[in-house]
Amino acid sequence: MLQNAYQYALDNSDRILTALQQHLLLVAVPLAIGLLVGLPLGLWSARSRLISTVMLNSFNALRVIPSLAVLFLAVPVLGLSFWSAVLALTLLVMPPILISTDVAFRNISPAIREAATGMGMPPVDILKTVEVPLALPVVIAGIKTATVEVIASATLAAFVGAGGLGAFIVLGFAAYDPAILLVGAVPVALLALLAEVGLSAVQRAAQPPGVRSA
Amino acid sequence: MAKLELQNLTKAYSRDIVPVKQLNLVVEDNEFLTLVGPSGCGKSTILRLIAGLDQPTEGRVMIGDRDVSRLPPGDRNIAMVFQSYALYPHMTVRENVASGLKLRHLPVGDIQKRVQEVSGVLGLDPLLDRKPAKLSGGQRQRVALARALVRNPDVFLLDEPLSNLDALLREQVRADLKQIFADQKSPIVYVTHDQTEAMTLSTKVAVLNNGYLQQLGHPHDIYKTPANRFVASFIGSPQMNLITLSRTGNTVALGDFSIPLPIGIQAASVVLGIRPEHLRLPREGDMHTVSGQVFLVENLGMHDLVSLRVQGDPTLTLRALLPADAAWSKENLQLALPPESIHWFDDETEQRLG
Repeated sequence: MLQNAYQYALDNSDRILTALQQHLLLVAVPLAIGLLVGLPLGLWSARSRLISTVMLNSFNALRVIPSLAVLFLAVPVLGLSFWSAVLALTLLVMPPILISTDVAFRNISPAIREAATGMGMPPVDILKTVEVPLALPVVIAGIKTATVEVIASATLAAFVGAGGLGAFIVLGFAAYDPAILLVGAVPVALLALLAEVGLSAVQRAAQPPGVRSA
Repeated sequence: MAKLELQNLTKAYSRDIVPVKQLNLVVEDNEFLTLVGPSGCGKSTILRLIAGLDQPTEGRVMIGDRDVSRLPPGDRNIAMVFQSYALYPHMTVRENVASGLKLRHLPVGDIQKRVQEVSGVLGLDPLLDRKPAKLSGGQRQRVALARALVRNPDVFLLDEPLSNLDALLREQVRADLKQIFADQKSPIVYVTHDQTEAMTLSTKVAVLNNGYLQQLGHPHDIYKTPANRFVASFIGSPQMNLITLSRTGNTVALGDFSIPLPIGIQAASVVLGIRPEHLRLPREGDMHTVSGQVFLVENLGMHDLVSLRVQGDPTLTLRALLPADAAWSKENLQLALPPESIHWFDDETEQRLG
């Protein structure tokens, strides 16, 4: 079967390359929107208990709806398109980014923030030089979870005709050919693994030695 | 350099929670003021009001001739040392110390020079490239001090900076603090619940209770002439003996023993106060003595803290600090009360009499 899959991949290398590009776009766009919206919202919710309760609960509630269902719900509005997939995947990446940002900033000892204030540091400097460096490792952990999830879930985009590596999986199912299915599944798994390993390394680099035990 | 003045300062969190009430205080240049009092007396709140971490409900905070009551902490030019040290864990010692100077956009050379100076004074040179997690409690404490000292602020604020250190280290750092701050020109406000720190470090002590200033003065005066019963009981270790007695004519009866009241005391019921260290074995010519049965001897090393029940009224007890070279237990002991060491307070108003 692996042999068949390999042969199929060789024969369709240009199609795979296009699918990979589509897949990466399906990962990058929702992730970018998620970061752009999720990071500031997470920071805001870390500052206010009310916002935190409202925001985290509503995103967690949205999370219960399966991505596949969101996809089909989006289709009547956005059509069978790339943007339907982006909407579903953006809803997927928001909770981990939001929650990790909220937790990261909330867990910074209030004493440290107060010390900085007491020493005359303006709020913008406190955020820049004290809070962000301390929050970064936890925020990156959330981004990592979101990235791995979106890489895996982007395969669903094939159902609404948005392409990506999921197209081979859908095709494999339809044709009862596991070899074609593997051509889609293996690169997705590798991508997810790469993201996990890569972002873990970034997370470690952002973690100043000894901070955990301080 | 600038003096610090608190005018009519009040902080209320609600109608019932008023940690600071109508406080008036002046701390001049070169003065080391300690705010001392039990937990919840409002001392830390006062410090937060001076720092700008809290806003006063009423009254003003003046630094020099500036009213800083409504200014953010950054515009007050103060430096604060916290009980928890609150060092930035992701920065090295050098970066921690320099953090306050970087804000002022000083040239890098100047920052380095200042950091070197302060780290030299505090013995931090070998630690400059370490992170706080790799430091001991005493070292962290010194970094927190360095971070404040390096700024040359108009006012220094220290919030129980020694309370996280073990007893031995605390004594050593206390001595260091005294030397370091002796060279500082700016007013210093130091908060502690430890009266030894208050007595040893300060040029001026403010004793607080329930948000009210009880007494303000030189540590020696506060020890020698406490203004009221609270100050008498709070300052001094072991605690002052305070015994409520009703008067008969111009004397009070301490068990079987009669003690004359000083002239001019009108109160019907008085509190007699005498410090354990001022009770001593009688010598020839002593006017007032009491005797009683020893029921507890606590060895404090150099002294024994001896508790006895006064003869004639076993509910009255006295504690005396006596030399440790004799065996006091179970003894019927006679003690002298030197009249100059007796403090009298009104039982009702609790204020000092005479």
